[in-house]
Amino acid sequence: MRSLLPVLTVLAVIVGIWYLAVAPMNVRVALDQAERAGAEVMPEGSVPRRAVSVWRLMAQNSEHVGLGYALERPRLPTPAQVGGELWRTTGEMIQKGRPFSKRGLIYHGWITLQSTLWGFLLGTSLGIAGAVAIVYSRTADLSLMPWAIISQTIPIVALAPMIIVLTSQVGVESRGVPKAIISAYLCFFPVLVGMVKGLRAPQPSELDLLRTYNASGLQSFLMLRLPASVPYLFTSLKVGIAAALVGTIVGELPTGAISGLGARILIGDQFGTPLAIWSALFAAAVLAGTLVSLLDVTQRVTLRRMGMQA
Amino acid sequence: MSVISAQDLDLTFQTNDGPVHALKGVSLDIEKGDFVSFIGPSGCGKTTFLRCMADLEQPTGGSITVNGTTPEAARRARAYGYVFQAAGLYPWRTIGRNISLPLEIMGFSKSDQAERVARVLELVELAGFEKKFPWQLSGGMQQRASIARALAFDADILLMDEPFGALDEIVRDHLNEQLLQLWGRTGKTIAFVTHSIPEAVYLSTKIVVMSPRPGRITDVIESTLPRERPLDMRESPEFLEIAHRVRDGLRAGHAYD
Repeated sequence: MRSLLPVLTVLAVIVGIWYLAVAPMNVRVALDQAERAGAEVMPEGSVPRRAVSVWRLMAQNSEHVGLGYALERPRLPTPAQVGGELWRTTGEMIQKGRPFSKRGLIYHGWITLQSTLWGFLLGTSLGIAGAVAIVYSRTADLSLMPWAIISQTIPIVALAPMIIVLTSQVGVESRGVPKAIISAYLCFFPVLVGMVKGLRAPQPSELDLLRTYNASGLQSFLMLRLPASVPYLFTSLKVGIAAALVGTIVGELPTGAISGLGARILIGDQFGTPLAIWSALFAAAVLAGTLVSLLDVTQRVTLRRMGMQA
Repeated sequence: MSVISAQDLDLTFQTNDGPVHALKGVSLDIEKGDFVSFIGPSGCGKTTFLRCMADLEQPTGGSITVNGTTPEAARRARAYGYVFQAAGLYPWRTIGRNISLPLEIMGFSKSDQAERVARVLELVELAGFEKKFPWQLSGGMQQRASIARALAFDADILLMDEPFGALDEIVRDHLNEQLLQLWGRTGKTIAFVTHSIPEAVYLSTKIVVMSPRPGRITDVIESTLPRERPLDMRESPEFLEIAHRVRDGLRAGHAYD
């Protein structure tokens, strides 16, 4: 736990900057609200105030700046507000005995998690299969790799609606399938690249050794290439699952979906409820962090069992 | 009949800078039970020659037989064990499982595997290290484990490519002594590539001196030393005389260009 102190320090700095930023970000909204409540505000009226910088507004109306920390619809909510909203939509739901209520983030997180895991599974399988093909076939190496790279240069936001339209054209009704495909699309690439490197990790002399035993291709794959690629695989899996989550959330944005963290972000935007956006954002971050940590633990355990120190 | 027999062997690599003659007109017979060392400067083709015996390189001319058949047939029949310069143990396998790797590939039964692993570990004085991972062993111990791996499936021929090249002098002396004892006990035919004159003289019944550009044999020295060789034999006049002849051969074949 040597890393705890640096991590907490960085966290404290981020939270500190965040709190400082809340005042200038929210001052205009705070002054509008104070004016409506009948307080003296310099200058009067929200339209003339637009011409004045936030710093001058803060200096001239210092007594109202504090209001910016307790707005119902702030431009930038405080960490405490986001934390409170997160609690209301998760922990409090559990306390009320309705953990899977559609108004809570557990339900939406679960929807996103499902698609993420399906996409991760699909993307990882495709990535590994592609890597095996590339390592064993020169034709695949020359033909597959450029396309894999090109595929990642197309913005996923542009591609996502097409994938949704096309899957519904072929009669797929479930909303989960296109999301999983989009998520797999982002996830397969790091796995492919990592596995190609991993499967090619054995030295020529290690391959020669197996040749002197007259080992079959399958034997040298299972006994040398595959185990040699394990450290590379886990590194790519960690990148891959984060990419899969981003893919799912992006897949939820343009689909008119009503459930999932991506949908919460979009709906929060359309209805002007920034707290909903921020809490969904943090829920996604927590989800990603948990998934990556789980893979990290699996990596450590696996490598220790294999005698390779992580 | 010779165990390994090469006649007029040629091997030319085509490179971007033109052809490289790794071997040219190499002829040699290795008899059963011989300990043959190949010595010469870098690029003289000694490793390439060994790799031809192992069917890891394809000669471009001449002929070579191993156990009376082609090197490929000998490789498929698992006629030789090959020890590389680097121990090349798999880091994810214990010492015991590294040694059983060839046995697994060749389909030995589980009980046979365990029995053979125990026996060759004893042979290279690594008994008790079966459950250790390679990183827990010193370089010399790792190289001994890799020799045990080459011995595990009882091939009659042992091909060794500078197996002790990366080890320090003291460890090397010790391993040389052990290797001689092992050779005496098992009666294997050993082809051994080295850079070191004392090592070549101390170990071999036959020393093959090679020289580069093109890679060829310049001298074959039959050792007059007895089979029993304590380490201090290396100070005997007989030993020094052979070493002298090897050095002369190396000097004569070395074009200082």
